[in-house]
Amino acid sequence: KTSIGTGYDLTNSVFSPDGRNFQVEYAAKAVENGGTSIGIRCKDGVILAVEKIITSKLLKMGANRRIATVDKHMGVVSSGLLPDGRHFESRARDEAYHWRKVYKSPITTADLASRMGQYLQTYTLYSSVRPFGITAIVAGWDSELEIPIDGEVGSGPSSGPGGKVEGVKYGGPKLYMIEPSGMYWGYYGAATGKGRQTAKSELEKLDLAAGKLSLLDGINEAARIIYTAHADNKDKDFELEMTWISGNEGPTKGVHEPVPKHLLVEAERLAKRALEGDDDEDETKSADGDKMEL
Amino acid sequence: MNHFPQTWGRPRDEIYGPYDNSFLQSNVPKQHTKSPIVTGTSVIAVKFRDGVIIAADNLASYGSLARFTNVKRLRKFADTSVVGFGGDVSDMQYLDRLLGSLAIDEAYNSTGHTLNAKNIHTYLARVMYKRRSEFNPLWNQILVAGLDDEDKPFLASADLLGTTFTSPSLATGFGAHLAQPLLRNLVPDEEAVAKLSQDSAIRAVKESLKVLFYRDARSLDKYSIAVITKAGVELKENEQLENQSWKFAEQIRGYGTQKN
Repeated sequence: KTSIGTGYDLTNSVFSPDGRNFQVEYAAKAVENGGTSIGIRCKDGVILAVEKIITSKLLKMGANRRIATVDKHMGVVSSGLLPDGRHFESRARDEAYHWRKVYKSPITTADLASRMGQYLQTYTLYSSVRPFGITAIVAGWDSELEIPIDGEVGSGPSSGPGGKVEGVKYGGPKLYMIEPSGMYWGYYGAATGKGRQTAKSELEKLDLAAGKLSLLDGINEAARIIYTAHADNKDKDFELEMTWISGNEGPTKGVHEPVPKHLLVEAERLAKRALEGDDDEDETKSADGDKMEL
Repeated sequence: MNHFPQTWGRPRDEIYGPYDNSFLQSNVPKQHTKSPIVTGTSVIAVKFRDGVIIAADNLASYGSLARFTNVKRLRKFADTSVVGFGGDVSDMQYLDRLLGSLAIDEAYNSTGHTLNAKNIHTYLARVMYKRRSEFNPLWNQILVAGLDDEDKPFLASADLLGTTFTSPSLATGFGAHLAQPLLRNLVPDEEAVAKLSQDSAIRAVKESLKVLFYRDARSLDKYSIAVITKAGVELKENEQLENQSWKFAEQIRGYGTQKN
């Protein structure tokens, strides 16, 4: 049963008789048309990757970056309406800034996801605004170290109560995905955009919940998944953009940054080979099938 | 209970006589910080052939009380520069947060360019001058060490009045009187800077810190020292003054005529 065309989908924040907000669902449709974005939470870091559709040969390669840094330790990428994604980034940076102003420390990824989820949800509450036409993936590494308070220049008492619990480990890799409704969950692997179905099934094969995939292997997987997902959009050229975050002991030292060129190039080479390999497999399979029929 | 919150919890007028509320209002104009509270003493720095050496001890004094003995007054910025703070410690912490926030904002513009020491100095000098023009100064003298646009050694000062200057060697506070003459022996001009090696520069700075510890009553023998070159920033924050000379003291008796 559908209520489309019955007048319940003309305005934001209106419930249909079966309790749906059609405008939010239409916003989700806008997301389905955007290039694929994915996030992978590895055991020692998080990776963000996006399929940037090249709409014109006049666009400069490597320019027009789609993955934004928030504070130092978080990254944000979205599929859907590009300007809505930009607004989302900008708000995320504001939230991180104001968190620092109040708490004198970096915002945790969970807190940022929560605030951005709230923010998107408020755009489903009024007829005077429209929902965000994006699904955003937020990745971060919350410091595992005891980080100094901003502006701290020395140490407090070395003994006595300090609210510290011995042996407790904090921080680690974090990954969230936020939808136009404002709904967000934490994920091991997240995918959105046009190729999300393909990407999701590839992510599921990685068994990320086991926590065994390393960051460096994750880069190759991320590239392969974007290349695989691009099969849904084959008539258009694309550019792969990828960023990562590791802990303080890892390659990025807790900072969100682009994956270094040499790693990216290698990951793309492997991804292309894997795809060609798949084609070979398909051919041999069908050949086998032919044989069996004989 | 009445509708005047300022009288809540005060002795009742009908029993104790009228309460003196004069402290609640004031006819004095609003006043900003008139003097620093917790302070750091000298910062000293000298340029050499390939970069800059900057050092400051790890003491934050509360008046004449050596209150905090583990306070780091050299702050790294974006792995390109080091800022050394003399003066009020809470204002230093504020400036540190300001620089932290600036570093984050700069990284958002993915141009690949990071602010160098010259840029940082300009920024801080503007902040200092604006604050003093509002009659609400940040009670610091600051040395900024690093490299300029042409990767040449850069060293400059900015203070609570917004005054700025630069020189082959610089020192704040007490250091301006005791360390600067020693450093100037080594680098009287830019020509001398071009000839000075890193090792000699470090030696001179350590020697100056020792002289400061001898004669500045608000100094400490634990210090931080940073070397900034093209290769990056090497910051050591838990150094200890060595080879002090106190042996001669055994020979000293009385203030003039006392023999033993």
